[in-house]
Amino acid sequence: MTVENTKTDGPVDVPPAGPEAIKAIPVRHYGRYVSAVIALALMAGVVYAFSQGKINWGAIPDYFFDGRVLQGVGKTLLITVLSMTIGIGGGILLAVMRLSKNPVTSSIAWFYIWFFRGTPVLVQLVVWFNLGLVFEYINLGPIYKDQWSDFMTPFLTALLGLGLNEAAYMAEICRAGLLAVDEGQTEAAHALGMSHAKTLRRIVIPQAMRVIVPPTGNEVINMLKTTSLVSVVQYSELFRVAQDIGQTSGAPAEMLFLAAAWYLLLTSIFSVGQYYLERYYARGSSRSLPPTVFQKIKSNMLSFSRPKGGLA
Amino acid sequence: MTETKSGADTPVRSSAVPMVKAEDVHKSFGYVEVLKGIDLEVKTGEVFCLIGPSGSGKSTFLRCINHLEKVNAGKLYVDGELVGYRQKGDKLYELKDSEVALKRRDIGMVFQRFNLFPHMTAVENVIEAPVQVKGTSKAQARERAMQLLERVGLADKAGNYPSQLSGGQQQRVAIARALAMDPKLMLFDEPTSALDPELVGDVLDVMRDLAESGMTMVVVTHEMGFAREVGDSLVFMDGGVVVESGNPREVLTNPQHERTQAFLSKVL
Repeated sequence: MTVENTKTDGPVDVPPAGPEAIKAIPVRHYGRYVSAVIALALMAGVVYAFSQGKINWGAIPDYFFDGRVLQGVGKTLLITVLSMTIGIGGGILLAVMRLSKNPVTSSIAWFYIWFFRGTPVLVQLVVWFNLGLVFEYINLGPIYKDQWSDFMTPFLTALLGLGLNEAAYMAEICRAGLLAVDEGQTEAAHALGMSHAKTLRRIVIPQAMRVIVPPTGNEVINMLKTTSLVSVVQYSELFRVAQDIGQTSGAPAEMLFLAAAWYLLLTSIFSVGQYYLERYYARGSSRSLPPTVFQKIKSNMLSFSRPKGGLA
Repeated sequence: MTETKSGADTPVRSSAVPMVKAEDVHKSFGYVEVLKGIDLEVKTGEVFCLIGPSGSGKSTFLRCINHLEKVNAGKLYVDGELVGYRQKGDKLYELKDSEVALKRRDIGMVFQRFNLFPHMTAVENVIEAPVQVKGTSKAQARERAMQLLERVGLADKAGNYPSQLSGGQQQRVAIARALAMDPKLMLFDEPTSALDPELVGDVLDVMRDLAESGMTMVVVTHEMGFAREVGDSLVFMDGGVVVESGNPREVLTNPQHERTQAFLSKVL
């Protein structure tokens, strides 16, 4: 924000190499005030329309911390975290396989990505659930044997369906990250006698993370919302719970707003976490770390309250 | 060739086996033949300088020595052992990646663009290979790393990330990193070409100090002053072949070949 003070385009009498700082009136951006007013007016209009609608807003706070809702939230988070774990682990593995010199492994990875990225995740979920049509029993020899329908619980369906699908997307993100690391890094590591695996683990992947983390954060947020699809296989996560409560309490639309509010709250929390993760992986790549959220807010507030025409 | 320096403290290793021996080495990238039959010998303990115009194949040859590039034809030996292959009878077997890695431990390499690991501090860069490859304990590796950083004059920068160091400092850390593996041979690929002129001297000083300690060094360089002063042998390459070789002081002051004369008249 301090930049704006230096962006003066009027005639400025610059003292010849004097030690005194420049005192100039900054450019006024009247357009910003006008657009802010318009945006606020539009928003107020929308809020007013919703408040006048036939919606019982009071039902939302009543159920917001309802035990069933909280359980649904917990399940949504659990599925998100676990399927993202499968997705990231599988994604890294697939990316390494795809970049491998071995034609067999790279073809397998290619096929996997082609299949799981090419079919809708909702369809995949339902197919997993109904795979009992193909495999009547699941038989792992002496360890485990059961009927498919008993084995494939809603939880496991959700986990496999979302996780395996996510792995295909993460594979492409990881591949981009691995390719973004300078080849000289691999050469230097090899010249020191490091093996392929060690070079990947110690040198390439840590540097690829800087490229991988931002889109992965995006994927996490996406996943959090995609978990709502799991309601179709009878897994009682947030969306399913909200629908169920809505039907019994006679406030179906209200419960959808409640679910939306929870999703928004959760994604907001994830966004903050993502920012700090990006900051961590930026170490070494720039001379100074980017400011934390609080530092940013602080500096914005300061620039906002700075008197017009004054100097920092 | 007169052994001017290393003779004093390490005459032990100047055995019959040369450190690097190339016999008719060829290398192509696709249809472009970059090396068209290189024959040369680097004696143990000597500083061997490779000069020549860009595109002459000197860097490629250097990268063949530690098998970063595969030789297409001819034979290349390091310390009496074939690079990248094992010979049984008259058949050649390709070495496994792990075997190649094992041989690379003994060959240090310094790159034009430094290639320090940017996510690690200077000292972490230096201890990485000893700890990860040799299994040295962290404490021991760190102690040795600090000695090496001291030697290249950067003990006070141990905790800095590469992005916080100047080019010359980064290159000196890179030299310390290569030395941490206690190599028997050091390869330098235009180590000062990416540096500001005023930073070149510091790096050359470190290399000079290393040469005096008796390290066998193969140096691709455009620093004729360094070659003349520190080099024991010099090879001028052009178009993928060795044009002229000999004592650097003689070749640089009195080149015999007309191509060498033309090159030197431009760079000196």
